[in-house]
Amino acid sequence: MTATLNADLAPVQHTGPLPPVPDGAVMVTVNLQRFNPELDDAPHMESYRIPALPTDRILNLLHYIKWYIDGTLAFRRSCAHGICGSDAMRINGRNRLGCKVLVKDLVTAKKTEITIEPIKGLPLEKDLIVDMEPFFDAFRSVKPYLVTHGNEPDREWVQSIEDRERFDDTTKCIMCACCTTSCPVYWSADAYVGPAAIVAAHRFIFDSRDQAAEERLEILSDAEGVWRCRTTFNCTDACPRGIQVTKAIQEVKRALMFRRI
Amino acid sequence: MQFHRYDVVIVGAGGAGMRAAIESSQRARTAVLTKLYPTRSHTGAAQGGMCAALANVEEDNWEWHTFDTIKGGDYLVDQDAAEIMCREAIDAVYDLEKMGLPFNRTPEGRIDQRRFGGHTRNHGEAAVRRACYAADRTGHMILQTLYQNCVKHGVEFFNEFYVLDITLSDDPANPGQQVCTGAVAYELATGEIHVFHAKSVIFATGGAGKVFKTTSNAHTLTGDGMGVVFRKGLPLEDMEFYQFHPTGLAGLGILLTEGARGEGAILRNASGERFMERYAPTIKDLAPRDIVARSMVMEVLEGRGAGPHKDYVLLDCTHLGAEVLETKLPDITEFARTYLGVDPVTEPVPVFPTAHYAMGGIPTNVQGEVLRDNDNKVPGLYAAGECACVSVHGSNRLGTNSLLDINVFGRRAGIAGADYANAVEFTELPSGPADFVVNLVEKLRTATGGERVADIRIALQATMDANAAVYRTEETLKTALNDVQVLKERYSNVSVQDKGKRYNTDLLEGIELGFLLELAEVMVVGALMRKESRGGHAREDYPTRDDVNFMRHTMAYKEGDPTSLISDIRLDFKPVVMTRYQPMERKY
Ligand SMILES: Cc1cc2nc3c(=O)[nH]c(=O)nc-3n(C[C@H](O)[C@H](O)[C@H](O)COP(=O)(O)OP(=O)(O)OC[C@H]3O[C@@H](n4cnc5c(N)ncnc54)[C@H](O)[C@@H]3O)c2cc1C
Ligand code: SF4
Ligand code: SF4
Ligand code: FES
Repeated sequence: MTATLNADLAPVQHTGPLPPVPDGAVMVTVNLQRFNPELDDAPHMESYRIPALPTDRILNLLHYIKWYIDGTLAFRRSCAHGICGSDAMRINGRNRLGCKVLVKDLVTAKKTEITIEPIKGLPLEKDLIVDMEPFFDAFRSVKPYLVTHGNEPDREWVQSIEDRERFDDTTKCIMCACCTTSCPVYWSADAYVGPAAIVAAHRFIFDSRDQAAEERLEILSDAEGVWRCRTTFNCTDACPRGIQVTKAIQEVKRALMFRRI
Repeated sequence: MQFHRYDVVIVGAGGAGMRAAIESSQRARTAVLTKLYPTRSHTGAAQGGMCAALANVEEDNWEWHTFDTIKGGDYLVDQDAAEIMCREAIDAVYDLEKMGLPFNRTPEGRIDQRRFGGHTRNHGEAAVRRACYAADRTGHMILQTLYQNCVKHGVEFFNEFYVLDITLSDDPANPGQQVCTGAVAYELATGEIHVFHAKSVIFATGGAGKVFKTTSNAHTLTGDGMGVVFRKGLPLEDMEFYQFHPTGLAGLGILLTEGARGEGAILRNASGERFMERYAPTIKDLAPRDIVARSMVMEVLEGRGAGPHKDYVLLDCTHLGAEVLETKLPDITEFARTYLGVDPVTEPVPVFPTAHYAMGGIPTNVQGEVLRDNDNKVPGLYAAGECACVSVHGSNRLGTNSLLDINVFGRRAGIAGADYANAVEFTELPSGPADFVVNLVEKLRTATGGERVADIRIALQATMDANAAVYRTEETLKTALNDVQVLKERYSNVSVQDKGKRYNTDLLEGIELGFLLELAEVMVVGALMRKESRGGHAREDYPTRDDVNFMRHTMAYKEGDPTSLISDIRLDFKPVVMTRYQPMERKY
């Protein structure tokens, strides 16, 4: 390991004062898993005691630490309101989006500690950043796009309100990986496609316009597919979009059984 | 350093970039470089809809849409471009539907449509149902659908690659002219610099909302693409026109779609008055955004704001009922509950204008070709989406017209870029193609000054919110200009703490801040020069539109040393293209 990383560079001393503590702020302790691949052999925990408003998002706390205490802290984020799927992380042991959990949801007068770790089951890169490629590979493996054959209409495909409703729940997925990285089967068997990929397949299998359900079911019926799921509901609990993930998986299993029988 | 060679390089994987990629990758060897994973792009945050005169639920036609777009833009719209956009809108929506986009449906199974601000029947008679939508997740569905189709077509992505420069080479065919020959990127995971040699480069890097503090934009919308092009001495057009969306969650800026008002929600002041009746008697709450935002600020300035500090107004959705909110506006209902603790089903929601959309950007023609001045283009360089200025939005974009813009002009740029690449040979890269980026990165990485990136960024956002937002005056703009210039000086003393190569987001936040400072100054300089009020640019000291002196686009050029953040800005003008609509007074 290169423990001498850039030892030739002088350490930076920032001179400006810390931002003023806003009215109503409380002091919280953030226990954060840190790992710098250029310096550390293994991840370790570090604690930061910082001011936070009850309405702050956990993402605000990470920004405070990064901007004013340790700029090397690395995490992903973009939209900051639960829509881009960048910032899945383990907060107090549960997979959540950092921008969708507020301090007041976690902190009480008695308990002012918050523990933040990277999501599990994907290779760790740095601090809260994991390698997302295996997750997206699984998504890509289920033919996650509309397939139609024959002549297209001049205008749109007609679809009834009921048929559109049939797959509404699974169209909401933002591919944050909260579900897949909370799944005990995914942790143990790295070949399992994981719930998010099944959600993506469900979105097309139950779309009345689509004509490739058979092919997707074939993909999901193999050894890495839906039958691995043991219906533990971790994924449903973890989904920040409120998608009934386990129900979607059950529906895919049922479609497979009826096809087979 | 690594070298790559592609016919077409697309920078950005939001709606515009991926729509371009779907066309380009089927015609030429294409790479998409994006600083975010494609599905993280801010197109996914768009809520309310995408307009096209499908006439699925009531009479409509694309000429009415064109008129609304031009009038909505306060006549600074290039009318030929608006005609193209509104005519091609219909196929753009059908294309997305056939790619799989799950639009809401009418009882007949057709794409459903809703009302939106400024979209009217027969040149202003009444609001029309023109916006095609999928609940309040239209942008999410567009982004997902385009990504799905990129997977289908095997589009090659370079994720978490930050493009920080383009290369321009002397044009062998036209001595003295330059052509675009590639892009230079920084790879987040490794800190490596990559040079992409290309025949066509298409910029689709999105907006720059992080110039402001209160904004609907993502942390990553830092105007990189506009900044890269500007540093090459190429112009930016109409940057003083920045849109403030009326309904941001008060204090937070998170957006509540105009679709809420399209479904019937009403803006009220502290006394419960429906104040838009006074400002826009015909279409009231569905007036264009510039008018609604100004009216809201006026209510607050005149003491009729709501809340303990009388500093916001209220969006009343309570009469819509739980059913409409849960089925047609589920996400914004959840945002209000999660982030403000307010339930729109039972309580009005505190709202205030939030910095939302850059009308200006990299000037292009209707093929997406980037202009080097009023008449000439930069061969091989294209731009589309929010980073570009075609100009279809003029001085004020209508709601739903950006999702439309990214699809129509993303597609056009993708086709034009690929066709051009297939017609020409590679031009050699200039010598030392990565020098600029290597210096930029190494200088900041090794800097030891005492300034924090966050402090400068927060000061910039504070002055822009206070002095260059919905209402501006000579005095506030001069304050903003002075502040931005002082901050640019301070930036020369900035340093980052992360000295590493792997996932150095500290370093990249510093580089992004450089782009923000660059663009903020362009916005303010343009706003100071434009002594009139038009669309998104409202001068308290010049409250009316001045067609004699200002019916023209602004073109801003960086003068002097391109590697220095501190430099002069030269302003020039470009005529507005008019076809059949003569400027009229704008009443709603
Ligand atoms: C909350 C919200 C709601 C909206 N609702 C609507 C609506 O209902 N209707 C409507 O018409 N419009 C709406 N808009 C506007 C519209 O969504 C955007 O203008 C549009 O999506 C922009 O698309 P884009 O492809 O140009 O950019 P983006 O989707 O922002 O994509 C930018 C891309 O560029 C990449 N990028 C940026 N910088 C670099 C760099 N240096 N190197 C490499 N890659 C880079 C990013 O990774 C990203 O992939 C809304 C906007 C917001 C913020
Ligand atoms: S229900 Fe199935 S997919 Fe979901 S967490 Fe449990 S085992 Fe994994
Ligand atoms: S199903 Fe839910 S938890 Fe899983 S990736 Fe999609 S949005 Fe995230
Ligand atoms: S930052 Fe986008 S989901 Fe949290």
